[in-house]
Amino acid sequence: MDKMKLVVIGNGMAGIRTVEELLKLAPERYEITVFGSEPYPNYNRILLSPVLAGEQTVDDIILNSLEWYESNGIRLHLGRTVTRIDRARRQVVAADGTTEAYDRLLIATGSNPFLLPVPGNDLPGVISYRDIHDTQRMIEAAREYRHAVVVGGGLLGLEAANGLKLRGMDVTVVHLADWLLERQLDPVAAGLLQQSLEARGLGFRLSTQTTAILSDAAGRRVGSVRFRDGSEIAADLVVMAAGIRPNTALAEAAGLACRRGILVSDTLQTFDPRIYAVGECASHRGIAYGLVAPLFEQAKVCANHLAFMGIGRYTGSVTSTKLKVTGIDLFSAGEFMGGEGTEEITLSDPVGGVYKKLVLREDRLVGACLYGDTADGAWYFKLLREGRKVAELRDCLMFGESNIGDAGHEGHNRAMAMADADEVCGCNGVSKGAIVRAIQEQGLFTLEEVRKCTKASGSCGSCTGLVEQILMNTLGADYSETPAKKALCGCTDHTHEEVRKAIREHRLLSQQAVRAFLEWRTPNGCASCRPALNYYLMATWPHEALDDPQSRFINERAHANIQKDGTFSVVPRMWGGLTNPAELRRIADVAEKYRVPTVKLTGGQRIDLLGIRKEDLPAVWKDLDMPSGHAYGKSIRTVKTCVGDEHCRFGTQSSMKMGVALEKMLFGMYAPHKVKLAVSGCPRNCAEAGIKDVGVIGVDSGWEIYVAGNGGIKTEVAQFLCKVRTDEEVREYAGAFLQLYREEGWYLERTVHYVARVGMGAIRARIVEDAEGRKALYERLLFALRDAPDPWKVPEAAGVDRRQFSAVRLPGLAEGVMS
Amino acid sequence: MSAVVEQASWLPVLALEDIPQMGARVLEGAPIGPVALFRSGDSVFALKDRCPHKGGPLSQGIVHGRQVTCPLHGWTIDLATGQATAPDVGCTGSLSVRVEGGQVYLLHAELARQP
Ligand code: SRM
Ligand SMILES: Cc1cc2nc3c(=O)[nH]c(=O)nc-3n(C[C@H](O)[C@H](O)[C@H](O)COP(=O)(O)OP(=O)(O)OC[C@H]3O[C@@H](n4cnc5c(N)ncnc54)[C@H](O)[C@@H]3O)c2cc1C
Ligand code: SF4
Ligand code: FES
Repeated sequence: MDKMKLVVIGNGMAGIRTVEELLKLAPERYEITVFGSEPYPNYNRILLSPVLAGEQTVDDIILNSLEWYESNGIRLHLGRTVTRIDRARRQVVAADGTTEAYDRLLIATGSNPFLLPVPGNDLPGVISYRDIHDTQRMIEAAREYRHAVVVGGGLLGLEAANGLKLRGMDVTVVHLADWLLERQLDPVAAGLLQQSLEARGLGFRLSTQTTAILSDAAGRRVGSVRFRDGSEIAADLVVMAAGIRPNTALAEAAGLACRRGILVSDTLQTFDPRIYAVGECASHRGIAYGLVAPLFEQAKVCANHLAFMGIGRYTGSVTSTKLKVTGIDLFSAGEFMGGEGTEEITLSDPVGGVYKKLVLREDRLVGACLYGDTADGAWYFKLLREGRKVAELRDCLMFGESNIGDAGHEGHNRAMAMADADEVCGCNGVSKGAIVRAIQEQGLFTLEEVRKCTKASGSCGSCTGLVEQILMNTLGADYSETPAKKALCGCTDHTHEEVRKAIREHRLLSQQAVRAFLEWRTPNGCASCRPALNYYLMATWPHEALDDPQSRFINERAHANIQKDGTFSVVPRMWGGLTNPAELRRIADVAEKYRVPTVKLTGGQRIDLLGIRKEDLPAVWKDLDMPSGHAYGKSIRTVKTCVGDEHCRFGTQSSMKMGVALEKMLFGMYAPHKVKLAVSGCPRNCAEAGIKDVGVIGVDSGWEIYVAGNGGIKTEVAQFLCKVRTDEEVREYAGAFLQLYREEGWYLERTVHYVARVGMGAIRARIVEDAEGRKALYERLLFALRDAPDPWKVPEAAGVDRRQFSAVRLPGLAEGVMS
Repeated sequence: MSAVVEQASWLPVLALEDIPQMGARVLEGAPIGPVALFRSGDSVFALKDRCPHKGGPLSQGIVHGRQVTCPLHGWTIDLATGQATAPDVGCTGSLSVRVEGGQVYLLHAELARQP
């Protein structure tokens, strides 16, 4: 097939990102030509501010080297500006006459800085702040001159002012509006910001209109700036940072419809279907975005269409902003100014330099403005984009995520305050400095990319919030993808929810069928989706879908926990934590017979035999003659109990009996993640039911049921579900809740995260208020668990691949060669 | 090299069907140490059963495509080359494999190598 010709006008962030996405999807489809006015390969424009501040160099911020273009066969015209698009002939012409024909054209010309239309705006020494050239001129000016005036107190202006100050200039920021960053902050937060910038020595003139720029006495270059009130200040350098305008001149001249940006559809096509536009020059549904995150989303969709895949639509983005001035923490998103029909929750601590405002409308978070403590910016932004109802969170919303849920160690969540050497990811030993370096040097923009490159937050995930914050601080915006849609894994674009739905509605019974139906990108999945799909199939179609042991993590495949040295641990089940002399004797015998190096009481009220060789596992199970404890599975683990009314002087209910009954009912239950229960006989709660997936507490008149507690990475107290009278009711309510979680939870989501996602209200509605639904759930659970085989007792019936327990041996060779 | 020598140097180790599909078996007793035999479709790969990270038993990992994910800390190793995939760096020894008539063969000389 002859390659088609793709010409890209604009060698900047959006254009080249589109090319990168396209190369991933269809590397062979196009012969690609890129025109760029600037003499540099694609660089990270965002990081011009650190370059100006002297924290990085131009070399550091190059995203795609010249070799990259070459090795991808891209013809690059550097320093050549396209001056004409000839749509009839389908070619573009550059200022120097270079002409290139296209089958598809991509316009990514970015924006032009807006120059105030005042006299003197063309004097030497008046510059805008857009590219490497501007940045270098500022750096040079700072060496020679003293007085700088920055016109515009927006993000760009403040970053420029900060950089020039760091380079030793006297800087005054002149701003037309009444407060700084009026598009990002409310007056209170802006006041705090101004205070701290003043403390660094920056000067401000607010509510001030610039009327003229005057030359110095020699008439060589700029000398001062004059304002509407007639006053003047000295200026050897004037930086215009008063806004940007989409760069549409070329498109307009070619007759493409433009209105504050080149008009594009949801597929990023202009009115001429062969011509696409992305980036700051494009106007989508009336918005021209000026931040990288949305542009990258556009790039993805645009590339998809250029690759003729024809799926994916860009439906707009919600953006958040962040000022990249080291040591200043601010964040805002959405309708932070409030207004008609909104309510505000504010927290203000002017002395501590902290201000937070959250704006709600109809029980949803619609805006946030944070100053001084932005630890929860990413979380608020997520709530805002997802449009989730927040009634239940409302009381503690202001105190942030660490008080509510998902992730982040308390007291550990101020990314800005951390030193470079501080550890962010405790699992993989990644420091803050290493993450920042990776983001800057390797041009990372998303959480996924940081994970891939540094492993930070890739294991237990508890530092995810922190890593997002570091990303935000380094890049000046939120880079998690805008849609609340997160793909199950890299093999697909479908979410957990969509996959579960497809399995249910289309009666898919094997992984093969799921991958074919949902058009997986890999032939047999990856280490993330294989276990997930296997679980979804088994949970949706019990007794029908086929279990694939090879898709299970080794622990679930060998029915024991793998240890760091490759041996295994064995934890037999002790119903409700109860045992007897015969069992203890057998455990002792096994420990001796197989020379078990360590025998330990677990935190789950039973005994762990650690350090067993894999080939001994079947014999150990046989000799123990106890049920599998499933200490290895995303499954029912333990039901902890206290003594209860049979012996305890305070007991009001038979907690041991209840615990054993629950554990027997749930035997063999697999779930999205592990499940732990506890039953206490009275509110003194000796079984710690308050931090279990299901906690049951005896009271005089019956039982209280709590759900969604967690005692792991981040301690979460279980929430009250309801109170019931009888033992049978406990089984029914607890069983129904767990079945709901089994049917709706995402793989590797503990109950606490599942409930945080759907809301406790939804759980109550399904379990407490809907008696019929509850019964149906309970019945489905019992059906799924009917005849659950014990993998230790009847391995064949439980689908255990017994071959794994015997190694293939090569005795002859070994002897022959060793002798 | 004569045909006889070549035949002699390939040792039959087990039948293809004795390796679970998208799974692995361990071969013990060779001087080189435990060898993991992986199956992906009808292709078989052999690697030393030691993860380049901290020595985890790769044979116990999850096989996907032409890769295996180590059970201990999740490094992903290319089955054909033994190389860890980015961002991790490291390599475990890989051995030549021949599959013929449903039988899997390894090279005598490679197995006999000291670790
Ligand atoms: C054996 C035991 C420690 C002990 O000696 O007491 C243990 C051992 C392991 N825990 Fe645990 N946990 C043990 C009780 C707990 C408890 C306490 C409890 O169950 O009452 C907790 C907190 C309660 C909770 O889960 O809500 C606990 C929270 C974790 C977590 C964090 C889970 C979370 O959602 O935050 C993990 C990591 C994971 O599951 O992903 C984990 C993972 C592990 C693993 C399985 C790590 C692994 O994947 O290999 C450990 C296996 C060690 C080994 O080499 O065999 N273990 N683990 C306990 C077994 C109890 C049992 O009888 O089955
Ligand atoms: C100092 C600074 C700091 C910033 N900080 C942040 C931040 O913290 N967070 C954030 O999200 N965003 C930030 N931005 C904005 C971000 O850089 C832009 O949104 C992004 O670069 C826009 O990408 P683009 O491809 O649309 O335009 P550009 O990256 O500007 O690329 C357009 C390119 O096209 C070239 N070009 C234009 N016309 C022609 C022509 N006719 N022929 C050939 N070439 C042409 C231009 O020279 C330019 O190189 C910042 C911008 C600046 C200037
Ligand atoms: S806390 Fe759990 S996972 Fe961590 S070392 Fe102890 S047993 Fe292992
Ligand atoms: S030993 Fe294999 S990943 Fe650590």
